[in-house]
Amino acid sequence: MKDMFTWNEREILRYLGSRGQEVPENVTRLIRECEQELEQVASPRSFWREYPLSIVSDDVDMTILRTKSTSLGRNLRGCERVIVFAATLGSRVDMLLGRYGRLEMSRAVVLQAASVAMLESYSDEQNEALKRRYQAQGLYLRPRFSPGYGDFPLECQRSIVDALELNKRIGITLTDSLLMAPSKSITAVIGASRYPAGCTVKGCEACGKQNCLYRR
Amino acid sequence: MDILEALQKRILFFDGGMGSLLQERGLKPGELPGYWNISHPETLTGIHRAYLEAGAQIVKTNTFGVDGLKYDDEGEYSLEAVIQAAMRNARQAVDESGKEAWIALDIGPTGKLLKPMGDLAFEDAVALYRRVVDIGVAAGADLVLIETMSDSYETKAAVLAAKEGCGLPVFVTVTFDERGKLLTGGSPASIVAMLEGLGVDALGMNCGLGPLQMKEILGDLLKVTSLPVIVNPNAGLPRSEDGRTVYDIDAVQFAKALREIVDMGARVVGGCCGTTPEHIRMAVERCRDCKPVPIEKKHRTVVTSFAQAVEIGRDPVIIGERINPTGKSKFKQALRDHNLEYILQEGVAQQDHGAHILDVNVGLPEIDEPAMMEEVVRELQSIIDLPLQIDTSDLQAMERALRVYNGKALINSVNGKEESMRAIFPLVKHYGGVVVALALDEGGIPETAEGRIAVAKKIYRTAAEYGIGPEDILIDGLCLTVSSDSKGALTTLETLRRVRDELHGKTVLGVSNISFGLPQREIINAAFFTMAMQNGLNAAIINPNSEAMMRAWYSYRALMDLDPQCGDFIGVYGGQTGGLGQSAVRGRSGGIPGNPGNAGTSGGTGSAGNAGSAGNAGSSAGAGTVSGLGVSIERGLKDQAVRAVRELLENMDALEIINTEMIPALDRVGKGFESGRIFLPQLLMSAEAAKAAFDVIKDHMLASGQKQKKKGTIILATVKGDIHDIGKNIVKVLLENYSYEVVDLGKDVPPETVVEETVKNHIRLVGLSALMTTTVPSMEETIRQLRTAAPWASVMVGGAVLTEDYAASMGADRYCRDAMASVNYAGEIFAS
Repeated sequence: MKDMFTWNEREILRYLGSRGQEVPENVTRLIRECEQELEQVASPRSFWREYPLSIVSDDVDMTILRTKSTSLGRNLRGCERVIVFAATLGSRVDMLLGRYGRLEMSRAVVLQAASVAMLESYSDEQNEALKRRYQAQGLYLRPRFSPGYGDFPLECQRSIVDALELNKRIGITLTDSLLMAPSKSITAVIGASRYPAGCTVKGCEACGKQNCLYRR
Repeated sequence: MDILEALQKRILFFDGGMGSLLQERGLKPGELPGYWNISHPETLTGIHRAYLEAGAQIVKTNTFGVDGLKYDDEGEYSLEAVIQAAMRNARQAVDESGKEAWIALDIGPTGKLLKPMGDLAFEDAVALYRRVVDIGVAAGADLVLIETMSDSYETKAAVLAAKEGCGLPVFVTVTFDERGKLLTGGSPASIVAMLEGLGVDALGMNCGLGPLQMKEILGDLLKVTSLPVIVNPNAGLPRSEDGRTVYDIDAVQFAKALREIVDMGARVVGGCCGTTPEHIRMAVERCRDCKPVPIEKKHRTVVTSFAQAVEIGRDPVIIGERINPTGKSKFKQALRDHNLEYILQEGVAQQDHGAHILDVNVGLPEIDEPAMMEEVVRELQSIIDLPLQIDTSDLQAMERALRVYNGKALINSVNGKEESMRAIFPLVKHYGGVVVALALDEGGIPETAEGRIAVAKKIYRTAAEYGIGPEDILIDGLCLTVSSDSKGALTTLETLRRVRDELHGKTVLGVSNISFGLPQREIINAAFFTMAMQNGLNAAIINPNSEAMMRAWYSYRALMDLDPQCGDFIGVYGGQTGGLGQSAVRGRSGGIPGNPGNAGTSGGTGSAGNAGSAGNAGSSAGAGTVSGLGVSIERGLKDQAVRAVRELLENMDALEIINTEMIPALDRVGKGFESGRIFLPQLLMSAEAAKAAFDVIKDHMLASGQKQKKKGTIILATVKGDIHDIGKNIVKVLLENYSYEVVDLGKDVPPETVVEETVKNHIRLVGLSALMTTTVPSMEETIRQLRTAAPWASVMVGGAVLTEDYAASMGADRYCRDAMASVNYAGEIFAS
């Protein structure tokens, strides 16, 4: 990455399972080093397409895919268009994770956390830009919602990856078990509505897994 | 006319986009375009005709993305039927047009990432492509076009399938991004070297970018390739309108840009996404009077990894020699124990010390060398981006390594013996590579430079019979120990000089051979290294962890105008003050203290980069005090732990150190973790500090004939379908800390493999991890099979989506929410 990246260290610590303990100096240093290494090897890319959307109760038709999902229906309620979004940090991040997973586990876990934080921040930045762009057209964007959140079926990854030709565009592929490769990749949908949404629930709060170790 | 003949004489034109035209004619999102070959043959023939009439001379069949994965046997039509129909439609269009045109069997990416990042095995990819090639060639293709490739490894699989499946011309175009890189990181230089090595007939780029963006990359391609270059751009850059992709330049602009591209030197042009017959028609018109730019041989000597191209030329290249068991008892033991981490660390350490290429030699009489060689190459190339030198005298090992290698390898070695050349050159030709050629033959090692030059000439001549150019050969002038032949060095230096000046060839040398039998060998080695470089040595096989050698290299480059403003020299030595006793680590990956080959890291790292990951600053724990070791472990200070344990060993029993110092420290850390006082990175840093100390103790015990007893053996595996293994790896590190022998089966492990390993050694505890809901069923299946075949084994499970209840419902014996939980459970199992 050419530009300096703004790191959210609080998120990194949260992914590392920190519960507000004091962070010793050698861990802080390790985090910084991992950030630098990631800035060197990550090549963040994103891609999106917009489609017409229609929702009848929990039946959501996003043109390129149709699925039944209550939580997705709730997330997209009141929207007439949907943006299908994907982002990745590229396969060299996986290579680095693989290297330290074999040779230096403490660094591997910090890299893992930092790369997730990086992907989230990068996606947020891209989504903010989209938000501004749509606002100019009088459309308000909802928070992004990914397959696997709530009852939005993970199987929808397949249609998204195929319809957006994500392999060709930004190098995202799916394994037979629907894992994304490179691993630091996301797909999501973002509703666009003529009406601003009220209080939107996003991130951890939108997820049904109450006993998650990483829940905020 | 033969297309290759035509290519030598004139500019050829590809057709343009297909997908967008089919969508205009009603192809729906999600519908498989290949089926249209059968359901809408007249549409396809019509599109081909329109392109032919516009002036295209190479027609791509509508088979992009058609392979056995997406077009499986349960589909509406068989793979055979889809490809045969595609070929029929194209042939009919050509016949009807009455023009001279060639039909290219169009092959694209599988849409899968290859192992280890993804789940498609390399040979499975080759087989998928081979099936398409076989069908397409039987149905009458004139050439094979492999296009839109963005991963060098998958590209290699496709090219091998094409070259092994037919004798037709093979054209390859890859997709670069706006930074001029493949999505997986390759550069124009790296992909060109690999493709030329594999023997393709033309290469270039398509898709991803418009013609304007491609111009810059074209310049880079033309600089390095000796082959005709293909440029098939999109109709500009894409944007989204109503869910449809539209492109930003029209046919007039497109044609203008293609004209410039042809003038720059492209030999074959056409279009990709968003281009139409109109784009092609205008481009053909615009380029009609173009004179083709002559294609020149570049004679570059290049080896590559998936991402890096290393040119061997005037600036001497360092080949790290440490991955080699000769004379290294620890390395031999690592090979016998299948301890790949040891080998990987040797690789990383050499990269950090400045190696450009890594020699890989794993020959040991008692191991299966071909299998080990293949595995080590796979492992190394998955964590290190340096090119590799495949070093073996076992032909089978060499072929297996070359086949799975992701790039163009250095091959060590061939020699002037007829038998050697007949065996090695066909491999070099088939897989590509630069080969080390020893200047010896049936008559042995010639005593004079004259004799060695004669052998070199013979090698060049014979290589040429196989179509291997002199640029793909490095002459090894051979270096005999100077202590037994006082003229040995002079002969070697003369050979180097004469290969450079008379044969205009490239040279390589195993430099340290010169000093066998002498004391303080580094002194002679470094001096000889400088002399060899001065006499034309292009590549040196040396130990990059040797500071004396690296100093010679950095100095030579600074003095020979190879290091502008002495930038590299200052970068490495600028931070060092005081004596010259220090070693320099310059890699970005950080030194890995405790690594056997990594002499430098404990000595302070005066380098750029972020070396010295252990962090030995800021602790008040005095090494040498009895509490030093425990505190060092608790604080995760690896170097201090190593120093402390060395001092303790001087007057304390090894087992006593473990029991009174190390285990209590680990227990304190473990309790701290469980209570939430410390968190995961600290736990692991402590574990690594303990491991470094254990390694010292192990060596000490080995030296005194003692053997450390293990508490028990545990199998760990990430289940089939799951490629995320970080959780499993954490558990492994901690279990090893607590003196368990861990058999790590890796990731994406089939249930049968887990069962087989468990039964084979009657293992009492198996740990399984799964990250996703989609892979939990294979965990369940693994447990089920274990229950039947190995009822004695206990099973612990972990992973992000698991819970206590979930684990119980699958029949696991224990759900472990974190790594300490698995250590505790192992304690319960092996206490009984």
